[in-house]
Amino acid sequence: MKHETIETNAGWLIVLTLLVISVAGLVEIVPLYFIDDTVEKVEVDGKETVRPYTPLELAGRDIYQREGCYLCHSQMIRPFRDEKLRYGHYSLAAESKYDHPFQWGSKRTGPDLARVGGKYSNEWHVQHLTAPRSVVKESIMPNYPWLVKTDLEYIDIADKMRALKKVGVPYSATRQEFDNNVKRFGKEIAQELDINAAEDNLIAQAESKNYDGERDNISEMDALVAYLQVLGTMVDFSKFEDGHFTKFR
Amino acid sequence: MAIAGLATQEQYNYAIIKKFVIMALLWGVLGMLTGVYIGFELAWPALNLDIPQITFGRLRPVHTSLVIFGFGGSALFATSYYVVQRTCQVRLFSDVMADFTFWGWQVAVAVSVIGYMNGFTQAREYAEMVWPVDLLIAITWVTYLIVYVMTLRQRSQPHIYVANWFFVAFILATAILHIFNNMEVPISLFSLKSYSLHAGVQDAMTQWWYGHNAVGFFLTAAFLGMMYYFVPKQAGRPVYSYRLSIIHFWALIFLYMWVGAHHLHWTALPDWTSTLAATFSIMLLLPSWGGMINGIMTLSGAWDKLRTDPVIRFLIVALSFYGMSTFEGPLMSLKSVNALSHYTDWTIGHVHSGALGWVAMISIGSFYHLIPRLWETKLWSTRLVFIHFWLATFGIVLYISSMWVAGIGQGLMLRAFDDYGNLAYTFVESVQFLFMPYVVRGLGGVFFVSGMILMAFNVAMTIRQGYRERAMLDAKLAAKLANA
Repeated sequence: MKHETIETNAGWLIVLTLLVISVAGLVEIVPLYFIDDTVEKVEVDGKETVRPYTPLELAGRDIYQREGCYLCHSQMIRPFRDEKLRYGHYSLAAESKYDHPFQWGSKRTGPDLARVGGKYSNEWHVQHLTAPRSVVKESIMPNYPWLVKTDLEYIDIADKMRALKKVGVPYSATRQEFDNNVKRFGKEIAQELDINAAEDNLIAQAESKNYDGERDNISEMDALVAYLQVLGTMVDFSKFEDGHFTKFR
Repeated sequence: MAIAGLATQEQYNYAIIKKFVIMALLWGVLGMLTGVYIGFELAWPALNLDIPQITFGRLRPVHTSLVIFGFGGSALFATSYYVVQRTCQVRLFSDVMADFTFWGWQVAVAVSVIGYMNGFTQAREYAEMVWPVDLLIAITWVTYLIVYVMTLRQRSQPHIYVANWFFVAFILATAILHIFNNMEVPISLFSLKSYSLHAGVQDAMTQWWYGHNAVGFFLTAAFLGMMYYFVPKQAGRPVYSYRLSIIHFWALIFLYMWVGAHHLHWTALPDWTSTLAATFSIMLLLPSWGGMINGIMTLSGAWDKLRTDPVIRFLIVALSFYGMSTFEGPLMSLKSVNALSHYTDWTIGHVHSGALGWVAMISIGSFYHLIPRLWETKLWSTRLVFIHFWLATFGIVLYISSMWVAGIGQGLMLRAFDDYGNLAYTFVESVQFLFMPYVVRGLGGVFFVSGMILMAFNVAMTIRQGYRERAMLDAKLAAKLANA
């Protein structure tokens, strides 16, 4: 075929362009759904340790996204010496397998948060989010004084879990799904993943942990700190021998 | 000229182009002002003013959406509708459908940015629009495709001119990217909140396949289409090499699609994927420079115009920045370079050498060519175009050089160790180091946006002049008729 045929025929131009631009996606993206090693299995004593977020953590994650935290903080530690010292073990694919959407980020205007969970106290987080420069003088993060003052809206938390279930997150709605979760994650966690108990679970976690230090309400701060405190804590690397995860890279 | 002009105005649909031109300028000025403001927020965080709607995290998508989709998108609609009509010598397929693309697009941009300020977002970079806006964009885009292709099919010329190939590829690719990247499940019909169909690794890959091809097709292929019409027109010379345009077109659209994963080097994405992306990124240098060479060499025999014609200057400097940033891109996609550059301001600088240097400069040059023709008059002031050119160029140079200092400097600090093997700097020490580069970057932005405001003023005066000349002509004609 001469190129002139394409230049004089809009149909050919469209068909050939579509063909040419489709190849890459078919070769690069489609296999990621089918190659098992893409997301490694992380099991300790027969139980999966990477679990979906609890209702309160999920609500916190939505606030994290609403405020655009992902634009300045990555959640992806790379396998470098300085990053290991600064942030901890490099991130596994499994650690974001329930993240719809992923929050790896593309820019570190602030430090990486993939393993920020447990690194600071709840009180520190509340203080830092409300007025960052009161704890880190040189910080350029905005103040978020409204988080502690705003009541968390959780009326749609069950809807959120149902939507996530549709895209593959193992929240349970039926007895059978619940039993399945008991097998996968253990009973305690399976109860947290039960959509029918979503609101009760959210309230219970916020009241028992009381992240923001205020007893009388559940604030957006409660949810956000609950989310930050779980980041990177689901895989206990001391349970695996050195180099166990490198074969998946 | 007036009578010939009248005929052109009737033969072609210029009204739709005028609307898009005006909106492009408006969104451009607004988007760049937002950019300057958030740039300064990073230098002086007090500027966040504790107001949720204007904190950095919420304004950043406002900036990117306004400049990419508001300014860039409207500029592409305007120029592509102009180019397809002029090169096919036929009126747009449907005025109503073209009008629909105008309103659909403007509403999508406006609703998106108001939404971001109030916290409604999908939280995926450059695809933050909530699901109803995604639907609106999909419908608008399919309408655009129909208008464009049907206009091509009704052309009165046997050949489809090269600029149109690039526009067609851009429209098709953007449709595919938009649809596959925005597969999402709303939490209910009455909520703007939705969750992405993909998760983790697959979501990251799809997102950056989309993200980098938003650069490759929206911000490159389409603007090459613009280049292939306006550079030869303004220079008064034919395209340098027709053969080169064929080769670099097919190579460019094939290779671009592969490279998105270079945004995910050293992450939990499998190595084979990001290695493949890096390989194709290096190859991509060739078709990119093919386009640059073809554009710049079009000026051979007319180089003297660079001295006298500020519009040619915009176009040629745009191509030079295009060449520079498509060299820098493959460099940064090398894994060893990326280990340092990723997550730093070097990336931000690279994006802006493309976005300001290439995309904005080629649009500005094309607009200065286009606007007098649309309103049938001369530019109100050529002198202001010269001033605009220097403001823009100086602004870009300040911007990208300060971001090189910031990015490479921070990258080196974060990987530095002391004699005992401890980290030499804390993270926040590297943040402190960024203060001066951030101030200089902000100043660069101020220069650039000043030029844009000057342009908006010049264009407003040009339009006014166009209407006045038209009115005078009408009056003369009426007087003549009355005398006869």
